[in-house]
Amino acid sequence: MKILVTAKRLMDPETKVKLKKDNSGVDTEGAKFVVNPFDENAIEEALRLKEKHSGEVVVVSIGKPEVVEQIRTGLAMGGDRGIHVNTDADVDSDVAARILVKVIEQEQPDVVIMGKQAVDDDSGQVGQLLAQYLGWGQACFASEVSIDGNKATVTREVDGGLETLEVQLPGIITADLRLNEPRYASLPGIMKAKKKEVKELTPDALGVDTAAKVKVLSVSTPPARSAGKKVESVQELVQLLKTEAKVL
Amino acid sequence: MAKILVVAEQYMGQLRPATLSAVSAAREAASKNGGDFAILVLGANVGAVADQLTGYGAAKVIVADAPVLERYLSESYTKVVTDVAKAEGAELVLASATTTGKDLLPRVAAALGAGMASDITSIEGPNKFNRPMFAGNVIATVEVTTPIIVATVRGTAFSAAEATGGASEKTTANVDVDAGSLRTSFVKFDETKSERPGLTEARVVVSGGRGTKGDFEPINALADTLGAAVGASRAAVDSGWVPNDMQVGQTGKIVAPELYFAVGISGAIQHWAGMKDSKVIVAINKDGEAPIFAGADYGLIGDLFKAVPELIDELKKAGVGA
Repeated sequence: MKILVTAKRLMDPETKVKLKKDNSGVDTEGAKFVVNPFDENAIEEALRLKEKHSGEVVVVSIGKPEVVEQIRTGLAMGGDRGIHVNTDADVDSDVAARILVKVIEQEQPDVVIMGKQAVDDDSGQVGQLLAQYLGWGQACFASEVSIDGNKATVTREVDGGLETLEVQLPGIITADLRLNEPRYASLPGIMKAKKKEVKELTPDALGVDTAAKVKVLSVSTPPARSAGKKVESVQELVQLLKTEAKVL
Repeated sequence: MAKILVVAEQYMGQLRPATLSAVSAAREAASKNGGDFAILVLGANVGAVADQLTGYGAAKVIVADAPVLERYLSESYTKVVTDVAKAEGAELVLASATTTGKDLLPRVAAALGAGMASDITSIEGPNKFNRPMFAGNVIATVEVTTPIIVATVRGTAFSAAEATGGASEKTTANVDVDAGSLRTSFVKFDETKSERPGLTEARVVVSGGRGTKGDFEPINALADTLGAAVGASRAAVDSGWVPNDMQVGQTGKIVAPELYFAVGISGAIQHWAGMKDSKVIVAINKDGEAPIFAGADYGLIGDLFKAVPELIDELKKAGVGA
């Protein structure tokens, strides 16, 4: 079984966000970069499926040459080889999906697993866009995945409960938080990853136009909440909620 | 012909309340940018939901009622929404950012060749919207450059539309879905059974975090006293103490109740992203340095296992709850 996973590079979500002086975007100067946490869940799930069914895990990332670091992280976790789509374009969800369509046409994976959203732009679109462009089925927000022959049974985290779907393969699965606990790369894993193949492609070579459909015009910081009162007792709290906040 | 199409959401013949936030956004877009809006209802035996929606000032309510639509599946729903959007010449397709809206609308965008803005919090122009990024630490103004625009609407940013009276025209959509061609099938739905109000609709929310050490009893008891919904931090979900659909935060539910209790929650950035628009926030935590206190309106430093039962007693003395 061949599984394709994504490893988006983004600023460590624990970092305090700063804006560029001209408010054109987020200032990432000097920041630490990581693999999108939901993509880590996707990679982990792919590795577990490979351990069970055997096969190959291909790690893809799109962006400037530094995204190869995130591909190597996926390879150090246990991925078999990488694909770097090299571009310095401002890649929106739609461009990312159209690039991945071409990569998938070349690679012909049985299943594609990716994070349900990237925690930088928080759009949560690529998996679904990809499924529609390919004419495939999708199971988004997965908390449990099992594969039997040419179908995947996926439990999804939806409003009001858990839904189970059957998806014919090839298909798209997007990973939610509880899908698994991603493993850490071991030292031997990191050493091995350095020797694994990472193929470089470009949007041009894939025949993909990188004009974005959604552009960020400016960014701002939402008003912060300021610290309120420290209360000494539950009596004081109830009193204030009643008479000052008037919410009881 | 309606320029704006709202995709309503129903479950088993009941309107999902979040739909009314999308209706509000549609009204606002129509009044700011001109044009009118239609509401599309999909499902099986959804006549009553359609009737209910005729009272919200839409130019028309379009009903796609067919057995094949009984259960939501992204492929079948995408086909119908796309067909209707094309037939209507819709320039803006909206739905609430529920898990169904988030699952469906990107597919619709791909099918229409549209650009999509996720989780919009305001309408800044015909093709400009504000939306949160980076766990709500950044508000981005985005421009969608395509002739057709698709967007999901953040429920906490648009109040639920009130019925306006009057009766929209009702029309029937052609449902052209080949059930045999679908690559996904519904297996089952395990509904979370709860007598409590839904998290995104409740007036009061009580959330528990790592400080509960997995014992949600005090949280549940406080919620029951207040008639509140129960939420949780990502740490509590990660620890397997509560299901993920209770998660409040960047990657869970976004809530903005009148009163929010964060109990044993440290207040990580990603939790704030889910509740910072609450009107009043109360924090109870034994760590006085916890970041939750930096933004809470009222903070009580103390052990939740002692403070919460006392609080329940005090609330009852004050005539709140049962």
